[in-house]
Amino acid sequence: MSKLGSIGARLHRGEISYDFIGHRKLWYGISILITITAILGLTVRGLNMGIDFQGGAVFTTPKTSVSVAQAEDYARDASGHDAVVQKLGNDTLRIQIAGMDTQQSDEIKDKLAADFKVDSEKIAADLVGPSWGDQIANKAWQGLGIFMVLVVIYLAIAFEWRMAIAALVALIHDITITVGIYALVGFEVTPGTVIGLLTILGYSLYDTVVVFDSLKEQTKDLTKQTRFTYSDVANRSINSTLVRSINTTVVALLPVAGLLFIGGGVLGAGTLNDISLSLFVGLAAGAYSSIFIATPLVADLKEREPQMKALRKRVLAKRAQAATDEEIETSRPVADDSEDAAPAVVGPRNQPAARNRGRGRPSGKRR
Amino acid sequence: MAAPKKGRSASAQSKPGRSLALILIAIVALTGGMFAAGHTTPRLGIDLAGGTSITLEAKADQGSAINKANMDTAVEIMNRRVNGLGVSEAEVQTQGERNIIVNIPKGTNSKEARDQVGTTAKLYFRPVLAQEATGSAASPSPSPSASGSSSASPSPSASASPKEKASSSASPSPSASATSQGRSVTDALKADSTPSASASASGKASPSPSASASGGAGNDATAKLQAQYAALDCSKESVRATAGKNAKPGDPTVACGEVDKVWYKYVLGPAAVDGTEVKKASAVFDTQTAAGWQVNMTFTGKGAKKFGDVTGQLAKNPAPPQNEFGIVLDGQVVSSPTVRTAITGGQAQISGSFTQEEAQNLANMLSYGALPLSFKEQSVTTVTAALGGEQLHAGLLAGAIGLALVVIYLVAYYRGLSMIAIASLLVSAALTYVIMSLLGPAINFALNLPAVCGAIVAIGITADSFIVYFERIRDEIREGRTLRPAVERAWPRARRTILVSDFVSFLAAAVLFIVTVGKVQGFAFTLGLTTVLDVVVVFFFTKPLMTLLARRKFFADGNKWSGLDPKSLGAKPPLRRTRRPAGPAAGPVETKEA
Repeated sequence: MSKLGSIGARLHRGEISYDFIGHRKLWYGISILITITAILGLTVRGLNMGIDFQGGAVFTTPKTSVSVAQAEDYARDASGHDAVVQKLGNDTLRIQIAGMDTQQSDEIKDKLAADFKVDSEKIAADLVGPSWGDQIANKAWQGLGIFMVLVVIYLAIAFEWRMAIAALVALIHDITITVGIYALVGFEVTPGTVIGLLTILGYSLYDTVVVFDSLKEQTKDLTKQTRFTYSDVANRSINSTLVRSINTTVVALLPVAGLLFIGGGVLGAGTLNDISLSLFVGLAAGAYSSIFIATPLVADLKEREPQMKALRKRVLAKRAQAATDEEIETSRPVADDSEDAAPAVVGPRNQPAARNRGRGRPSGKRR
Repeated sequence: MAAPKKGRSASAQSKPGRSLALILIAIVALTGGMFAAGHTTPRLGIDLAGGTSITLEAKADQGSAINKANMDTAVEIMNRRVNGLGVSEAEVQTQGERNIIVNIPKGTNSKEARDQVGTTAKLYFRPVLAQEATGSAASPSPSPSASGSSSASPSPSASASPKEKASSSASPSPSASATSQGRSVTDALKADSTPSASASASGKASPSPSASASGGAGNDATAKLQAQYAALDCSKESVRATAGKNAKPGDPTVACGEVDKVWYKYVLGPAAVDGTEVKKASAVFDTQTAAGWQVNMTFTGKGAKKFGDVTGQLAKNPAPPQNEFGIVLDGQVVSSPTVRTAITGGQAQISGSFTQEEAQNLANMLSYGALPLSFKEQSVTTVTAALGGEQLHAGLLAGAIGLALVVIYLVAYYRGLSMIAIASLLVSAALTYVIMSLLGPAINFALNLPAVCGAIVAIGITADSFIVYFERIRDEIREGRTLRPAVERAWPRARRTILVSDFVSFLAAAVLFIVTVGKVQGFAFTLGLTTVLDVVVVFFFTKPLMTLLARRKFFADGNKWSGLDPKSLGAKPPLRRTRRPAGPAAGPVETKEA
């Protein structure tokens, strides 16, 4: 704890500070690259849609000694379709047969039961009509749309429209990345995946909102001073909530990791696994986007405001002034260890790199 | 853990103690309610308990709109069908705008259930051969042939309305062609004319099938029917649920029906007209004769002929019940109007002392066979009890692992402070469990696998609220404050952050719950519930507890293990406290210029 705690303290005091905003072009570039890859993956490879989206059946047998290959044969004989058979952790088999309607699958279940020599009541079956998955997905898209509109309105009221837009961009970014990873890796998309994806909505924004909240608080009377530009303050907001962001992400990922472990390891496949996988991917993307995308974007938008432009001018002028002053009276001491103040005044010349990035940039830009 | 402190603080300072007392009382009350209600565990969904879950989607054909009224009627009818299988636990609910979910617990013949549920046309018109009240004593023949003006008539009567269709109702001469028509009914039906059917067709006013059967060649089927009729006790719900359920349209059968809250048993002839042969039915208010609400039916060409035949034949019988026909929906007589003349025009009207609702219901049933909409099976999930148990086990295990990991992390990072977080998590978990248990009987909430997932994911959201607050407190301590003012100063800011972020999370859950279907909905529900509980717990438990503990020496002095040690947090030395932040932006970086 103390290690992260003291890092937290140093972040808080601004001793270590990473210039997220200053490097925003880099992050934008990375994100655009990832997004393009994701979209390419989506168009070229497409998503591996599960049974729920094609119509078909998933049967789960009780504990059995029948081998996978044998089960595939049985399933092919029974259905006339190719079947995908998986052995699950507890010696049960999961048989997926695509492309049939719910009525046909009843007979297949009976045939399989005969082949496996078990009571057909002992075989769990998930029979899905061809349009069911589409319906779930359509509803999900609909929900997504409504949610986005509502959340933009809410954020515009609670914060301001720039933050709302930045949050929305971050959200779309997260979803694109998650979907892209599904396309590229070829994970199967099931209703469980859709659930996971939808949960990312809440989470991704949750994280973003916390950073924005801190940003809003710190920029309340921004124009009344001349020492910091909006970007400076935004950067400090990110840094001061960094520990919290890390903690949140860890705390959110831990239960999901538990789910993934149990869902993937013990049950082998199914709803738990599907939900937790997409959550896992999405949460990671969400943590990234709230820091690297959402806040820099707000800063970008904000800096375009005339008020903020004026502020920036004043701040830069003041810094120039301070720098000149300093050159004249170089002896001015930094006696009372007010190291916080020093960087802003001294600029990039004699400060360690870490501090340099945070404070040096604005004055550096002047050049 | 909080209980003794609560007592102490209640006298010292009322506010935090009161909140703590409040939430403890709430927990105790809810838990008490849970035990009182007798539902000490959450109701498990099909995927955890085993059983079959069928999702049906309404199809917008037949010209009927998918609206709430129609969906509700469909649910009601399906409910009657499924529970008619002898399982009382089955539940039928609408989901979203156009889906109906039918959940059938394990131990039921799921195949039969599936066959029953989505079928549209199970409505028949059958001639009544005998009728008798069961249970409470009532007059055995409840339907006078009055056209329904008298409010005393318990059963509606059908008649061709001369006013409306003078030409069609006037043309037939029932007496002339009665016998031939009677035969043509059976011919047209292509049913095996069983002895009882032909017996009744010949118009004997026989009070019970035994009489009619004796006239025929008393074969086994008739004897069986007789025995069934004699044994039938329609006042019992379990009997009603099965009586005449699986009767083939071509065979005579027994059935139950309710008229003015009295249950009658019937012997019915073979189906004369199929429900699909009703083209249209509507409830209208008869303004001309002030007879009240009535139902107008229009038959298809074939249906009109058959209906004409059967009414012609029934009209010859002078007295009820042999001049009645039963409208049988899913084996239950929903109405048994008397017939006075043959109705051959393809139009008929049933009048009686209907309320508007009754008339509309009957019209609905007549129009759409049984279901007002046609349905398509979207998904059928059959989960064996073994698999369900395994999934429940896995879900709980995943939850336990997740919770343990979070607790370990919190302890490692926040040390003493983590006790507050863990206590809050436990309170939150207890509340979630109790409320879920209570929601089972209250709103039919069933815990399914996605819901378990939602609850596990919510651990993160709940823990995050504490993190936001703790980090705020630590920031205040880093500013050089002592713990007690730090706790109070940190709260308003942390509170706002928690409210805003929880609101966003809740918004997501609410939108998902309203818009989506199936598994997604269960997940959204738990997520929403836990988000709300998170706010409750943070406000009424975590904050007051924090306030109380801030007074303890262990925390106030910043013990190394308390997680609030100013030194390890890197707080500024107290003497620097005088240098207050100048502006909002100043925060940690105030300078000499300030």
